[in-house]
Amino acid sequence: MSYDIVVIGAGSVGTPAAFYLAREGLKVLVIDRLPSPGQGSNKAAIGGVRATHSDPAKIRLGLRTIEILSRFSEEFGHDVEWRPGGYVFVAYRPEEEKTLRELVHLQRSFGLNIRWCDADELLRIVPDLNPKDLRGGTYSPDDGHCSPLLLCHAYYELAKKAGAEFHFSEEVLAIEVRAGRVTAVRTDKGRYPTKLVLNAAGAWAAKIGKLLGLDHPVYPDCHEAGITEPVAHFLDPMIVDIRPGPGSANCYFHQLATGQIAFCITPDPPILGEDRRETSVFLPQVAKRIIQVVPRLSGIRVRRTWRGLYPMTPDGLPMVGWMEGVHGYLVAIGLCGQGVMLGPAVGELLARLVTEKLQPGDGLVLENLSPNRSFQAQEVLR
Amino acid sequence: MRIEKHPILEVRRPEPFAFFFQERELLGYPGETIASALFANGIRIFGRHHKDGSPQGIFCANGQCAQCLVLANGRPVKACMTLVEPGMHVAPIDGLPQPPHPPGHLEFREIEEVETEVLVIGGGPAGMSAALELGKLGVKTLLVDDKHRLGGKLLLQTHRFFGSREAVFAGTRGIVIAQKLASEVQAQKSVEVWLNSPALAVFSDKKVGVLKEGRRYVLVRPKVLVVATGARERSLLFPGNTLPGVYGAGAFQTLVNRDLVRPAEKLFVVGGGNVGLIAAYHALQAGIEVVGLCEALPECTGYKVHKDKLLRLGVPIYTSHTVLAAHGKEHVEAITIAQVDEHFRPIQGTEKTFACDTILIAVGLDPVDEFYRKAREFGIPAFAAGDAQEIAEASAAIFTGRIAGRKAAQALGYAVEIPPAWEKTAEILKSKAGKIHAVPKPPAGLAVFPVIHCAQEIPCNPCSSMCPLGLIEVPKEDIRLPPRFVPKRECAGCGRCVAFCPGLAITLVDFRKDLEYPVVTVPWEFEPPPVGTEVFLVDREGADLGRAKVLEVAHIPGADHTALLRLSVPKDLALKVAGIRVKKRVLPEVPKEVGPIPDEAIVCRCERVRAGEIRALIRQGVRDLNEIKAVTRAGMGACGGKTCRNLILRLFREEGVPLEEVTDFVSRPLFMEVPLGIFAGMEEP
Repeated sequence: MSYDIVVIGAGSVGTPAAFYLAREGLKVLVIDRLPSPGQGSNKAAIGGVRATHSDPAKIRLGLRTIEILSRFSEEFGHDVEWRPGGYVFVAYRPEEEKTLRELVHLQRSFGLNIRWCDADELLRIVPDLNPKDLRGGTYSPDDGHCSPLLLCHAYYELAKKAGAEFHFSEEVLAIEVRAGRVTAVRTDKGRYPTKLVLNAAGAWAAKIGKLLGLDHPVYPDCHEAGITEPVAHFLDPMIVDIRPGPGSANCYFHQLATGQIAFCITPDPPILGEDRRETSVFLPQVAKRIIQVVPRLSGIRVRRTWRGLYPMTPDGLPMVGWMEGVHGYLVAIGLCGQGVMLGPAVGELLARLVTEKLQPGDGLVLENLSPNRSFQAQEVLR
Repeated sequence: MRIEKHPILEVRRPEPFAFFFQERELLGYPGETIASALFANGIRIFGRHHKDGSPQGIFCANGQCAQCLVLANGRPVKACMTLVEPGMHVAPIDGLPQPPHPPGHLEFREIEEVETEVLVIGGGPAGMSAALELGKLGVKTLLVDDKHRLGGKLLLQTHRFFGSREAVFAGTRGIVIAQKLASEVQAQKSVEVWLNSPALAVFSDKKVGVLKEGRRYVLVRPKVLVVATGARERSLLFPGNTLPGVYGAGAFQTLVNRDLVRPAEKLFVVGGGNVGLIAAYHALQAGIEVVGLCEALPECTGYKVHKDKLLRLGVPIYTSHTVLAAHGKEHVEAITIAQVDEHFRPIQGTEKTFACDTILIAVGLDPVDEFYRKAREFGIPAFAAGDAQEIAEASAAIFTGRIAGRKAAQALGYAVEIPPAWEKTAEILKSKAGKIHAVPKPPAGLAVFPVIHCAQEIPCNPCSSMCPLGLIEVPKEDIRLPPRFVPKRECAGCGRCVAFCPGLAITLVDFRKDLEYPVVTVPWEFEPPPVGTEVFLVDREGADLGRAKVLEVAHIPGADHTALLRLSVPKDLALKVAGIRVKKRVLPEVPKEVGPIPDEAIVCRCERVRAGEIRALIRQGVRDLNEIKAVTRAGMGACGGKTCRNLILRLFREEGVPLEEVTDFVSRPLFMEVPLGIFAGMEEP
């Protein structure tokens, strides 16, 4: 049995890609070593979706994802709990005020709907913010959040309906190449002739690259997250605090459509590697940080914590496009923890790339996110 | 309603105080949980689920599920784990709770870290026994338990223990053993005990998070961990399975035996293992009518002596029967059961419906072994004991606890041995009810002798230990073999064997005064009938044998609340009489509508996910519990899959999916929900 394309990874990126590719009439096989969709890092995501980045390529992808999500239920009949509650970046010190104000300037120049709010205005948007020392913050009302699990599963259902096949609990052992061209994918369970392979293996993308002798600069970095019991709705936007703290670079949290608060920190220094076992460090660290920002969180009970992997690249930008050196080898890797918020738009883009139906503007994205770039720049706000 | 009089338990209550439920003033007592106080005041519906408005009450009464959530002074708490306080305002949670308002001033403390050689999680029979062994060796030990008193499930066990008298206090009531062990543990200098201190998580950096005394988060760094966290009750799938009034048997025993609350008037028990049989007996002792008991297997799996006790008291036992549905709008009003075929499928036309207000689910236990598995995964030396290791009687837990305590000491380098006999005893005590032998005929021609109505292989020997003349023999090397009366000498007729048999399965026949109407002594654990009254005689399995007069109500010193009734019985019945009856039989009513195993049964109580949703996914080919969770939220709720996991696996089995194809839930901390502020070191989050 041969396929037009074999997608490696049924997560935040591979699953939407499979759908959009299958919808274009391609015969798609998705292979994942885990037993069901989204079991790698998708299920560890907390679901924030924003276009308010500082790189034009990511901004474009973010805007498109928001467009897709806001029409998802109506277009595809799946409720993925999309809530356009916006994002608020808070500033409690002059340093963060300065960074955020500069960023707003840049982001507005890209046409993003984001503005600086002083403390009073911000408190009207989020009445439960800690007013003490609050200087203000940015508010981008078009951003929002969805359920990563439901989104991934919806794409899985849609992809199957569009004809894509999924093989779970199957491990890719080799990508066969003849005369510089992909010819087949071999797994522990079979061999699948194909001319195209998409590496969407997330945190494990570098291992897939190694099968071809390629060195993808994608390394997993571990973040811990938690969720509370559900409470009555009291918080609209995702709150981000970019103040550094002991052991953490920032923290962010939001209230899900189902009422729970999901929260996360970015460890600093980063915790590299694939270890996802729970540690005793996370809860005391994150609890102080987020209660400081919204004191009302203190009485809400934590239900569970977990760790997930951010597939990082040296410059914080994803790698999307054809890889030089092997014909037919496509990557959508190194999403740097933003697979959910970029995955749908990346999936569409990949389908256009493969079917040669690129649109104006795609060129800029593919150039900025080229997997063959030199990785020297750094994004201002990741 | 509160229990004012109990044949075994002393009812002593301190001064009550007022608290409020929905602004209604009620009386509560110091030391009782909100759940018990509400039940005592006739309130069984604690709130409504935010998803479908279904009435919520208790299910486990053990802090494991989250059915009993209420607002106490504005904060959501588990009613079964939180003590009621004077003036407390309790309110139902209808829908989602408002997040409580924070204190005006934020103050974060550093999280304290505590080192210990051994951390024992769980203060039941196993945990206390482990701590005791460690204490005797002077090993620095911390014992944490989530309840307000040491004892674990022993606190619910008003019956006498089986097992060996020498090894595990057999013949003594669980509640008494709890006190004994607790005071011994507390006397150990090297053992520190934290009550109301649930363990929350075992972390990969080899620390254990504990919520000390319900309000302070502490990280414990043990060199060795002993996990004695007991068991949780299995649930069942049937329509109405989450109606208030459907409880785990343990929950019921907690209310009745620990908190002296009568939560039911008419009870039906599902499950004929020891837990179900004993719970039914406890209900009778608490003055609750037991309408019946059903067991899906052709025979009860619990000890026959327990079953026989119920039969003698007139409780109908329906073997090869399963529950089809609980009926009722807001609360259980009736149950329908039906006979099952050899594949456990209900047989049409055999449905029986009984009016009852409470249904106990006693269909088995599962080890609470999450901490043990995590510790092993993270490389912490760990030993499991009691039900956390293997489900068995509390007597076995005492022994496996001792062994785990010694093993922990060995792991620390202490030169102690574990006597090989201990392992053997533990194995014997763990054994399930075995073969039923023929009841031996008492030797003829004796004037006075015991009649042993116990013929099943169970690990038990108090009869033999209690006979002052050594006339009852149970092989020492294997106490599972049934006892035999060996009249090496003349029996003195003291009745100690009658009074101390935990199964109430020995009577004494005495021809010394009257050859035609010998005196038969039977054990009795209820309010004794007055001397001179006529009672109904029954044989071992409850068949009627006519009437007899009560000649005397005797008490033997040390026989803790078991009375001896001396009855005047016609000589041809004397060997058959095993007890007396108090209860009349209940006849089933006309069945209501019943259907096949229904899609509407609730699988995940926390998120109200129904069997039909999950079955549909299984039929679509889903084989990963985590996928079911992602799509339906089953397992995402407060209990974290503790209740629904087994039920989902059962649905897989029913759909013919081999379990090796099924991926289990990924287990994540926390073990129970705790306010975020606690982790920030806040005093009053």
